[in-house]
Amino acid sequence: MRTKVVFRRLLRNKQARYGSIALVLLVGLAYIGPYFGPYDWTEKDFLAFLSGPGPDHWWGTTSIGADMYAVTLRGMQKSIIIGLLVALISTGLAAIVGAFAGYFGGWIDKVLMWGVDLLLVLPSFLIIAIVSPRLREGASWLWFVALLAAFSWMVTSRVVRSMTLSLREREYVLAAVYMGIPRWKIIFRHIVPNLSSLLIIDATLNVSGAIIGEAALSFFGFGVQPPDVSLGTLIAEGSRNATGYPWLFAFPAGLLVALVLSVNLIGDGLRDALDPGSNS
Amino acid sequence: MGKYLLRRLAINVILVAIAASLAYILAASTMSPRGAYEGRQPPVAESVVDATLDAYNLNDKTPVLQRYATWVQGVVVGDFGRTWNGGSVNDEMGRRILVSARLLLIGTLLGFAVGVALGAFSAVKQYKLSDRLIGVTSFVIMAIPVFVLATLLAIGTYNLNRGLGFTLIEYTGEYNPRLSGWDQFLNRLNHLILPTISLSLGSIAFYSRIQRNMMLDVLDQDFVRTAMAKGLPRRKALIKHALRTALIPSATYFAFAFGTMFTGATFTEKIFAWHGMGAWLVDSINANDVNSVAAVTFFAAVCVLAASFLSDLLVAALDPRVRVS
Amino acid sequence: MSILEVKDLTVTFPGGIEAVRGVSYEVERGEVLGIVGESGSGKSVTSLAVMGLLPRNATVSGSVRLHGQELLSMKEDELVKVRGRAISMIFQDPLSAFTPVFTIGDQIAEAVRIHQKVSKDQAARRAVELLDLVGIPNPALRAKAFPHEFSGGMRQRAMIAMAVANDPDLLICDEPTTALDVTIQAQVLEVLKTAQRETGAGIVMITHDLGVIAGMADRVLVMYAGRPVEQGLVDDIYYRPRMPYTMGLLASIPRVDGEEGPLVPIDGNPPSPAALPPGCPFAPRCPMKVDMCDDEEPPLTSFGGGRHVACIRAHEIEHKGMTGADVFPVPVIPPSDVVRVPRAERATVLELDGMQKHYPLMKGAVFKRRVGTVFAVDGISFDVAEGETLALVGESGCGKTTTLQQIMRLEAPQAGRVVVLGKDSAGLDKSARKSLRADLQIVFQDPMAALDPRMPVGDIIAEPLRAHGRTDARAKVTELLRLVGLAPEHAERYPQQFSGGQRQRIGIARALALEPKLLVLDEPVSALDVSIQAGVINLLEELKNRLGLSYLFVAHDLAVVRHLADRVAVMYLGRIAEIGTVENVYDSPAHPYTQALLSAIPLPDPEMERTRKRILLEGDLPSPADPPSGCRFRTRCPKFARLSEAERQRCVNEEPSVARLANVADHGAACHYAEEIEVITASDNQEEQ
Repeated sequence: MRTKVVFRRLLRNKQARYGSIALVLLVGLAYIGPYFGPYDWTEKDFLAFLSGPGPDHWWGTTSIGADMYAVTLRGMQKSIIIGLLVALISTGLAAIVGAFAGYFGGWIDKVLMWGVDLLLVLPSFLIIAIVSPRLREGASWLWFVALLAAFSWMVTSRVVRSMTLSLREREYVLAAVYMGIPRWKIIFRHIVPNLSSLLIIDATLNVSGAIIGEAALSFFGFGVQPPDVSLGTLIAEGSRNATGYPWLFAFPAGLLVALVLSVNLIGDGLRDALDPGSNS
Repeated sequence: MGKYLLRRLAINVILVAIAASLAYILAASTMSPRGAYEGRQPPVAESVVDATLDAYNLNDKTPVLQRYATWVQGVVVGDFGRTWNGGSVNDEMGRRILVSARLLLIGTLLGFAVGVALGAFSAVKQYKLSDRLIGVTSFVIMAIPVFVLATLLAIGTYNLNRGLGFTLIEYTGEYNPRLSGWDQFLNRLNHLILPTISLSLGSIAFYSRIQRNMMLDVLDQDFVRTAMAKGLPRRKALIKHALRTALIPSATYFAFAFGTMFTGATFTEKIFAWHGMGAWLVDSINANDVNSVAAVTFFAAVCVLAASFLSDLLVAALDPRVRVS
Repeated sequence: MSILEVKDLTVTFPGGIEAVRGVSYEVERGEVLGIVGESGSGKSVTSLAVMGLLPRNATVSGSVRLHGQELLSMKEDELVKVRGRAISMIFQDPLSAFTPVFTIGDQIAEAVRIHQKVSKDQAARRAVELLDLVGIPNPALRAKAFPHEFSGGMRQRAMIAMAVANDPDLLICDEPTTALDVTIQAQVLEVLKTAQRETGAGIVMITHDLGVIAGMADRVLVMYAGRPVEQGLVDDIYYRPRMPYTMGLLASIPRVDGEEGPLVPIDGNPPSPAALPPGCPFAPRCPMKVDMCDDEEPPLTSFGGGRHVACIRAHEIEHKGMTGADVFPVPVIPPSDVVRVPRAERATVLELDGMQKHYPLMKGAVFKRRVGTVFAVDGISFDVAEGETLALVGESGCGKTTTLQQIMRLEAPQAGRVVVLGKDSAGLDKSARKSLRADLQIVFQDPMAALDPRMPVGDIIAEPLRAHGRTDARAKVTELLRLVGLAPEHAERYPQQFSGGQRQRIGIARALALEPKLLVLDEPVSALDVSIQAGVINLLEELKNRLGLSYLFVAHDLAVVRHLADRVAVMYLGRIAEIGTVENVYDSPAHPYTQALLSAIPLPDPEMERTRKRILLEGDLPSPADPPSGCRFRTRCPKFARLSEAERQRCVNEEPSVARLANVADHGAACHYAEEIEVITASDNQEEQ
């Protein structure tokens, strides 16, 4: 019932509608687009170095003759996957840590919140920057995802904790306690579901946050490592020659902005649809 | 109160110590500036390299913990050691903090002031054209990462300058060392234009969103209605009662931003070639400069904690409800 | 010549929702017009429309004339000269009505400076004078305090001070005492009367409380579904109501001076303004409804003598001289078998012995630290026998909710004992505690907050069953829904789809799922409208008799308690002031606090309100973190004030404990100088016979 109401509100929300359409198109482009392109992303065209967009190479080529269209879409796939995974992990972590800390209070709360404080102070940029270039073999990007997620859940978990503190005093939670329901069950049955709007919004916005975070680290060469490409590595490369060869910069940067924008639009629309008190 | 402050201070000291130690050990165990000496032409003898590195406490042949102990002894008395090529980390840090502060001060203030004004305006004009325009613009700006924005600005300026045939707006560096006096001051301001735009646009968008939401929360509150029932015109009631109350959350963000301002803005500094704290972090990682890396981390941790304390103080100052009586 | 003249006022919100549909009234100088109605009747929207303070998306039509000058068409820059000067408004919740970041003094001075050309200092001095006028002690100092540092009663006084700052001609009071405790309400109403005397202003008093109106108003306007349904002099409305809704409303309120026994509920719920029924909006709930009622909405027609009634059968009611009891049948509730056994021979289901709960007082949100101890519950003892209802009454901060939570936790209290069904809570292990929970259940105050909004009603009711491993949950849910007067198909819906009264029934069904022996009721009807409240009270009464339940009933409304409870314990600052059977405590209260409490309750009876002498308490409830020495009530005690210096020593030094009064079996008071007096005269004829 509620899901239906939310869904209807979401459909009526212009932002969310445009955002979803844009996102579907972008994801479609990333995963279906490569099948239509004339080149594979690993192929190198030794006859065309740094050639501009044209009928053969739709989005031009790089300095080593790779097809920008194929490479950019490949990079986008990675960016999308990284964004989704990081958002899922970090929001899940935030929900569990925040809800347990808030509900149980006492020393569990103290220990968990101390951990949150510590992680907030730890130099995340430095740690990722030092560790990730050293993870060259195999699925190094998965490690990168884990690192990124590990440093992006703390603020949300604080919010979850403070909301749990107020939910804990709600009468329906007290009612559950007085029925004799175990506390961990109360957390998963009554606390977390009632935080779901916050969590869904947070997860959505975390997707865009993670996409930007990945790109930012990759910009300095601290993120996704070659031979893998992501939008971040492509932008980094492109920006160096952006004045002379704008297509190297324009396509990955434009797609990155479009991706982030569409996810943010959905997130904002979700906020309006899920939170009846909001001004929509 | 005193006891509370002492406890908070103690916790913060521990947090800084952990953060900095971790950074040092991580940096010291994974990177070594030896490569920078070995690759030289003409080659330098290994014993000479060892001696130099020993002098800077950077020799990877010394056990990490032993180097750590030496480093701690220095840090305790306020000496962060030597850079990879023998300069004083303290001097370098002092210089770079000032560079970052000069770069960021205007942008931080401007971002807050303009952002809050736009947000409040937008809330009052909810659903009007101006509100939608501000909303859409800030949405788009928030979706543009600062390195893309800065690069775009740099490209734009490059083309503008080329089109004009002379340099109207500078886009690299902090100032032209050949100028002096008033001319140099103007030149410094000119160098500030682009980085300030790239820094403040994002925060304007950010603050305007927050302020709009906060303001909308407050607009429907009873006390705004009371203020109007007293006979205040709507405009005055909104500014004096609603904005003043809705300012508290954005002001705490601002306090935090102000406190962390000195840690620099990595992307802006790198892209516009300012040698501040942010650029130093990237440069020192790339240069395997262990002591600098640890110093930057230490400083950043201090700033973050000081900033959060500052924002707590500001909340207490602005909001009588949380003040200790 | 009237000050304010409202004609055919309508307010429409986006989506075609008509919140107010044609309201007309006049207010004269020095006159008090009471507007009564339940939530959603449009009474507050009407007053905001008069002030021009509705949200901008509302469409207002009709006419509002102040001294003959039309307000609705006025431009903002002219309207601001009227607001706060000629018309002032007092809002319901004084905490949210003051800007939290400015001092009270500054906000009152601001009101002065908007309309009068005075210096800042003069305005500040005037603010202090005004605070003094409304009886704020130490006004010069308190003017520098922030709103959150004031108690609810003081805030409302300050609100009144701000409203009268510019000598208004008209005061609009929107539920001015709803958020306040009853003794504080009595004080604030007194201040309001003083303010009216000082300014000679006309007052529009909006409230749902028929008792408050009876004592204040000269004329009354009854609203239902956005329209006035009856209007007239206060005595006419109370003693000779001619519209079935008014009759039902008056018959459904529990009265502190009334008899025990079932109340008269009005079936159904007020219609939503978005979906009004055709014809008379009250027709679906009206026992006198005839087919013609659905044809068109009856207009408010003059009845002579300034009376107006909107009912096609009003003349018939007048002619036959019908009363509320004739129109609304009194339900019959079967009596309980248990009560035939004398109390002393019944089992004790709950026993508290010297129970205590102190908790640390923390201050500051940023700089949190312990600044003292709150003596929330400080040694209370009582017992509940099988089949009995014990009511725990007291104003906010008296510790009644803490008491209840301590009982529900089933853990060892900090001091004293809690014995539930013969089992001491201190000696329970985990599994014993869990099985005892099946016998001890709770119904909460706020029916919205008590039900998880993300669970369908069936799951909510089944939750305790599943937690205790029952497998027949589905069948049981159907049975429970029927028991509380809901339909089995309601199990699939979500709590949001129910009205307040229905939600409270769901909460009761959940509490009954495990067939408990003792039910704890935490203000179960205080969030409901009067017409709904009666139905829930009757349901509780009926369930108790049918299922042989015992109730521990926590409430602040003494009138409700009189109807539902067998025995009552009055709490003050964490201690019991007086305890005994309802008859003993209500008819001959012995503790000065109980006497003041009972005398503060406004009666829905204008005649009695006019002749009644109130025992007004001075000041606010002392902080439970710093209770007075000796007798906790002495700082506000009217009796203490009359004692000699020597007698007072005992009150200051020695804390009284509950002592049984000499002449009766079940009545005790914690007062050194207890003395039974009659505060409310029982009245049986609430309507003209």
